Amino acid sequence: MSAAVQAQPAETLATAAARRASLRCALHAEWTKLRTVSGPAWLLLGVVALTIAVSAATVGATHCPQDLTCPVDTTKLSLTGVQLGQAVVAILAVLTISNEYGSGLIRTTLTAMPSRQSVLAAKAILLAALVLAAGAVAVFGSVLAGHLILPGHGFTAARGFQPVWLSYGPTLRACCGSVLYLGLIALMSLGVAAIVRDSAVSIGVVLALLYLFPIILGFVGNAHWQHRLERWAPTIAGLNIQATTGLHSLAISPWGGLGVLGIWAAAALAAGALTFRLRDA
Amino acid sequence: MTTREISAPRPDAGLDDGHRGGFGAVLRAEWTKFRSVRGWVIGMIVAALLTMLFGVFVAANVSSACQTNGGPLKTGKACLPYIPHGPGGEVVTDSFSFARQSLTGNGTITARVRALTGEHANLSSGLAPAGSGAVPGLTAWAKAGIIVKQSTRQGSSYAAMMVTGSNGVRMQYNYTGDIAGMPGGAPAEHPRWLRLTRSGDTITGSESADGTHWTQVGEVKLTGLPLTVQAGMFATSPNYTVTQNSFGGSSNNVGPAQATGVFDHVSLTGSSPGTWTGTTIGGGGPAGFQPGSAASSAAFSRNGGTFTVTGSGDIAPLTPGPDAGLPTVTIEQSLAGAFVGLIAIVVVAAMFFTKEYRRGLIRTTLAATPRRGAVLAAKAVVIGAVAFAAGLAGAVVSITVGVPKEENQGQVLLTAPALTEVRVIIGTAAMLALMAVVAVALGAILRRSAAAITIAVVVVVMPVLISGLNIVPAGVGDWLLRLTPAAGLAIEQSIPRYSQVTTVVSPLRGYYPLSPYAGFAVLCLWTVAALALALITLRRRDA
Repeated sequence: MSAAVQAQPAETLATAAARRASLRCALHAEWTKLRTVSGPAWLLLGVVALTIAVSAATVGATHCPQDLTCPVDTTKLSLTGVQLGQAVVAILAVLTISNEYGSGLIRTTLTAMPSRQSVLAAKAILLAALVLAAGAVAVFGSVLAGHLILPGHGFTAARGFQPVWLSYGPTLRACCGSVLYLGLIALMSLGVAAIVRDSAVSIGVVLALLYLFPIILGFVGNAHWQHRLERWAPTIAGLNIQATTGLHSLAISPWGGLGVLGIWAAAALAAGALTFRLRDA
Repeated sequence: MTTREISAPRPDAGLDDGHRGGFGAVLRAEWTKFRSVRGWVIGMIVAALLTMLFGVFVAANVSSACQTNGGPLKTGKACLPYIPHGPGGEVVTDSFSFARQSLTGNGTITARVRALTGEHANLSSGLAPAGSGAVPGLTAWAKAGIIVKQSTRQGSSYAAMMVTGSNGVRMQYNYTGDIAGMPGGAPAEHPRWLRLTRSGDTITGSESADGTHWTQVGEVKLTGLPLTVQAGMFATSPNYTVTQNSFGGSSNNVGPAQATGVFDHVSLTGSSPGTWTGTTIGGGGPAGFQPGSAASSAAFSRNGGTFTVTGSGDIAPLTPGPDAGLPTVTIEQSLAGAFVGLIAIVVVAAMFFTKEYRRGLIRTTLAATPRRGAVLAAKAVVIGAVAFAAGLAGAVVSITVGVPKEENQGQVLLTAPALTEVRVIIGTAAMLALMAVVAVALGAILRRSAAAITIAVVVVVMPVLISGLNIVPAGVGDWLLRLTPAAGLAIEQSIPRYSQVTTVVSPLRGYYPLSPYAGFAVLCLWTVAALALALITLRRRDA
């Protein structure tokens, strides 16, 4: 502990080159930690499998009979699995840091790498990269399912439905945005875990952030509160990025909504970095 | 944890070995573990507080101020018309057109419904305001027939025989009672004879296709019926609702509707012949599609022996949903905070088992109590009891503080009998307790807090989200609410589903696809399954 504390002034004086070197070391160390245990790989696989499974099941269960007009955002429907995939992303993100506290490894880590910012930055970079990669596969698989299944269920171009495919601008934006969404959820969860440290409490806080606001929104009828929740709740605003129809009625624009989630993630990470730096491990 | 236990180690055995004194000791040991970890006790207190806090917040914001026809902004009860209560104490709708005579003592009213027709707002292009053009058509529960009613006061007791839009001939009484007669098609092609006979407090309803061969539909007792009652013909129709069949409640379009009953062969025996008086009960006259027809207050018109009665509204219990025509709120909507409490409870419950693995305490525990089933059972009992207490505190405060707040926001509070209220409160606490047990079991199976907590939260929250926010078609959402542990939430449903009112399943508005106890049973089955799986893995694996 004392090593870490004494290292602080030195770190602030370090040159940019030294800091880059320390970040590179930290990245290498974190990568070794991640790939040598089986948990993260399984969780990433879980993100892909659950997201695609829920998306495919949802589009598979949705039909548009001939005599009805269906007010369905086919792209958003195809990306339903993200609602569940984000929970697995949250587990992965929380465990990235809370596992080290649980096992006491964090003390070894910080002895070997006294630059705490580098440690957290390395974790964030690696986590974001892995989640973005898995998220891209998951989102692509979901859209592919929608693309293949929906036209056969009555959502045809002849009835005015845009094709659920990346060649259609709004769908491309929704897909890229959903991948970024998962990345931001991971960073927000990492920030929460850095503050809370305990894996159980961290995941509880993160799940509350992910799922409670939409449920509260479902119950609240007060227009002011509805508007506030739609604009500022991390998952409600963030998932606006999936909307391709009725954009004018959204409380916040798709990219604006993703920006709100970005603010949440940045705030959580900043608070996490601050507490990580100030507290003993 | 006692030496007696250690000196008498037993091979792995379940709960069924009759070692009761031993189980008491295990229970005490687990209780000591729970109460001596400050974080867990605080976690459960936080769960209760969050349940109350969010519950009261939601209850205080179930709606915003109302504005009627461009008038000044109003709040609270000023938004609402007079809300009648039925003889059973429930909130009811009682609006219809009534062509009536007084009937003193026993007697019989007979009439032939020659035709039942209707008009409703044209909703083919979105929501149309009243009076902007109606199209012919009957709602499923449009009704016209004969009625014997205590008085013209809204909410007074009654019994009625009626022809309905698409539910055949029915005998209905005191708002909640509904007896099906012979299934019938369109009454225009099959005129239907209806008869009500009063004898003391007993009303007998019969129907006939030809006026000579009568079939009794039902016999009901209306306690406290006065000597002189009102008898006559009525017609009314609930709102016309277009529900996109495949996409839940999000696309409910609601517009006014009216029903017109044409009656002939009317006879009223038993009292001195009087004149027929037209009354619109509860503003239930014609829906105002034709200019001037609403203002003319003509509940009926007569041409020789033919009576034409046109009305709108309903004679039925008021339920959550589009038919009510009024915004409604149920008592369980103030229990929304239970979702927040659920997360806190599940976190503590999962840790209650996983922390033993984290700290290696599990080896000590199992050395002291080799019967692994007993350890699991003791943990389940302790955490279930604590979660029940936390949930009970949260639910009681949410209901007692939240419900008065709900009532003051321009929504009709659908009150429930005291016993139902108790079931809702205890059911909420029991549901949280069972989810805590599921989380303990998941902790034993997975040995990892994060995964156990996520699964326990997601299996309840995701079905509610997915079906409540209409992400998936209604049919799929219903099945999710039947099969997942979220089915247990049905125990919170305070308003029964009446067959004579169209309702839309929505967990956010108070209707679940399963009945309260059936839904709770599904959650119980999940709990048993989780415990069984936990027991198997505990016995098979090394600690």
